[in-house]
Amino acid sequence: MTYEIICAGFGGQGVMLIGQLLAYGGMLEGKEVTWFPSYGPEMRGGTANCSVVVSDQPVGSPVVAEPDGLIALNGPSLMRFMGSVKPGGVIVYNASLINEVPEDRPEVRLFGIAANELAEKLGNDKVGNMIALGAFLGLSKVVGLASIEAALKEVLPERRHHLIPLNISALHKGWALVEG
Amino acid sequence: MERVMMKGNEALAEGAIRAGCRFFFGYPITPQNEIPEYMARRLPEVGGVFLQAESEVSAINMVYGAGGAGARVLTSSSGPGISLKLEGISYIAGAQVPCVIVNVARGGPGLGGLTPSQADYFQATKGGGHGDYRLLVYAPGNAQEMVDLMGLAFDKAEEYRNPVMILTDAIMGQMMEPVVLPPLRTVTAEQPWATTGKQGRKKPNLINSLGIVGEELERINIELQAKYDRMAAAEARYEADGTAEADLIVVAYGTSSRVARSAIARLRQEGKKVGLFRPVTLWPFPQAVLASLAADGKRFLVVEMSAGQLVEDVILAVNDRAKVSFFGKLNGTVPTVREVYDRIRSLLPEGGEG
Amino acid sequence: MKKIFAYPRALTQKRTHYCPGCTHGIIHRLVAEAIDDLDIQERTIGIAPVGCAVLAYDYFDLDFQEAAHGRAPAVATGIKRVHPEAIVFSYQGDGDLASIGMAEIIHAAARGEKITVIFVNNTVYGMTGGQMAPTTLPGQKTTTSPYGRDTATVGYPIRVCELLATLDGPAYLARVSVHDPAHIVRAGKAIRQAFAMQMAGKGFSLVEVLSSCPTNWGMTPVQALSWIKEKMIPYYPLGVFRAPEEVTGDDV
Repeated sequence: MTYEIICAGFGGQGVMLIGQLLAYGGMLEGKEVTWFPSYGPEMRGGTANCSVVVSDQPVGSPVVAEPDGLIALNGPSLMRFMGSVKPGGVIVYNASLINEVPEDRPEVRLFGIAANELAEKLGNDKVGNMIALGAFLGLSKVVGLASIEAALKEVLPERRHHLIPLNISALHKGWALVEG
Repeated sequence: MERVMMKGNEALAEGAIRAGCRFFFGYPITPQNEIPEYMARRLPEVGGVFLQAESEVSAINMVYGAGGAGARVLTSSSGPGISLKLEGISYIAGAQVPCVIVNVARGGPGLGGLTPSQADYFQATKGGGHGDYRLLVYAPGNAQEMVDLMGLAFDKAEEYRNPVMILTDAIMGQMMEPVVLPPLRTVTAEQPWATTGKQGRKKPNLINSLGIVGEELERINIELQAKYDRMAAAEARYEADGTAEADLIVVAYGTSSRVARSAIARLRQEGKKVGLFRPVTLWPFPQAVLASLAADGKRFLVVEMSAGQLVEDVILAVNDRAKVSFFGKLNGTVPTVREVYDRIRSLLPEGGEG
Repeated sequence: MKKIFAYPRALTQKRTHYCPGCTHGIIHRLVAEAIDDLDIQERTIGIAPVGCAVLAYDYFDLDFQEAAHGRAPAVATGIKRVHPEAIVFSYQGDGDLASIGMAEIIHAAARGEKITVIFVNNTVYGMTGGQMAPTTLPGQKTTTSPYGRDTATVGYPIRVCELLATLDGPAYLARVSVHDPAHIVRAGKAIRQAFAMQMAGKGFSLVEVLSSCPTNWGMTPVQALSWIKEKMIPYYPLGVFRAPEEVTGDDV
């Protein structure tokens, strides 16, 4: 079983971080994982994305072209990647910044969350990425919530560790949205 | 064993530290900057020296000095920087000084681009600089091999008193994967041939690549070639996955081998017999194994991010005993799994044009 | 009987390949005497250049590394960082140091690299047959400036000591000459001073030695020595360009 994910958004929205958490969480579950960032000129224009592969076998290509899952935190990212998501796949997008879904994909599970507003309600507008990740985990079940919580300690630098409880609440908030 | 996530470039750097490397001389160039940045942070922690040189040329000559003085020393760069280093690499090979050189390759020629490429294969494996010399060239296929082959590279560099290159690319360098790190080795720089000051020795030690008197140069070259023969006989490494039963064998290294592995996994699910042959040493090239697979009637597809460089070594190895096809990507674009899948299918007996 | 003169221990007894009247031999001897005097032969490592002194390792009884053209300061840097307790020196000519190796020498000096550089300036590329060097004087004829160095088209000679003296890194910079016995004695003192600086961990030290090349200048050895005095010294004034306070200019 191999599960491929693209996380995409504006620079500063924390898409690299949620990608790393997915990979790290997968590793903590004993799976084979890769994380690959967009870099160099691709980063111009303020958009960023990363590819994550979680598998029970050694991972082949770390560059994901046809993802099983997509987390799109802004409009351009949804526009660019939603067409490539495999039938039966999952898309979580940020409804705070996307009023209209650009394409019709009836064979894909599409879930919009108002990440910005929900994050503000939690008291920190930076955790919209975590809410989206929580929702994505709830839908895809690719990595367990507990593994992501454990990964936070490894991925976040020491000076950010005081924010771990807030990040965990945000993850649960997102998870609850899709479970509820 | 504890697994940690590391970027390929950082895995190379930490692998060097674990192998006892305590000296790094380099110059900034994308996409390898994580290596010097990591070393600048890490080497002082283990009592080592990081120095950012004024140029690629100076960096490789600092490596020549430090390696000649007996230390485990590393430098890293990317294509345009390696081109500048070639003068020094030729001297280092000629003077038989051990060191490790990393090329995190990007697209060329000229200034090229920052995207990944495998177009420096010839430069790495066929000499590059002036004169008849060889580097031992490793091509890691994952982050774990970045660590493990780095350790091996230092050991082999010392064993043969020869520069060793690790040839990888931007994707492998930027990608994060879990690795298990080996314990930290402390290596004392006590080589009997190294320049240390005479220290009571009767004869001074000389590190030199000059053979200007009489037939000295011929003698030096005969000695070098004998060493390269020993390396060719003992050091070829490869991974062969399902090659014995395969109808078609994909030959690829580095990022291309990763893409090929994904495509092959899909084809195997469809019951196709496709193998993967991944050279781990690009020089010496694992020629004999490919020759015997060719003699068994296999067909080959070489996948590369270049206009066709590895494919020449495959053709030489196969030596007209089998058909060799080629699929290359230019301009630093990575072949997609679907592209490679389609190409393999088209070559399979029941797959259409094949 | 008291021995008052001997062959320096830091030299091998091998006959050199230098041309008759060339002053490389004198400079080798001054370097060896300084090494003997400071008792550092067992911990000194030399870097040979590309140029006439390419075989310097045959003449010094010291560990040596041969460098590519101009790269000696980078090689010396690598060695010194591995063996900080060793005394490391490069021996370089003007084409090597001031042309193809200009980046290496400037940056080694700027870093205050704790090495010693013996810079032999004879205004020509000697080994390759007398081509124009970065230190060739205005109007001087060489094989690649057959009508005399024309400053309007190829520019002006480079004064290395003055150039390096603009940097904060060097601890000791001096220019000396070996055209007569009095100057040879002073040159020896400067070279000894440069090594002593390194031993004291002060930083980068360089001694520029004005040297003769009778063969490529097309002169007799005696004419060549006069030419240093009459033509070179006016363009390349002798003196100490950088030294710690405790070292005075009188030492040269």
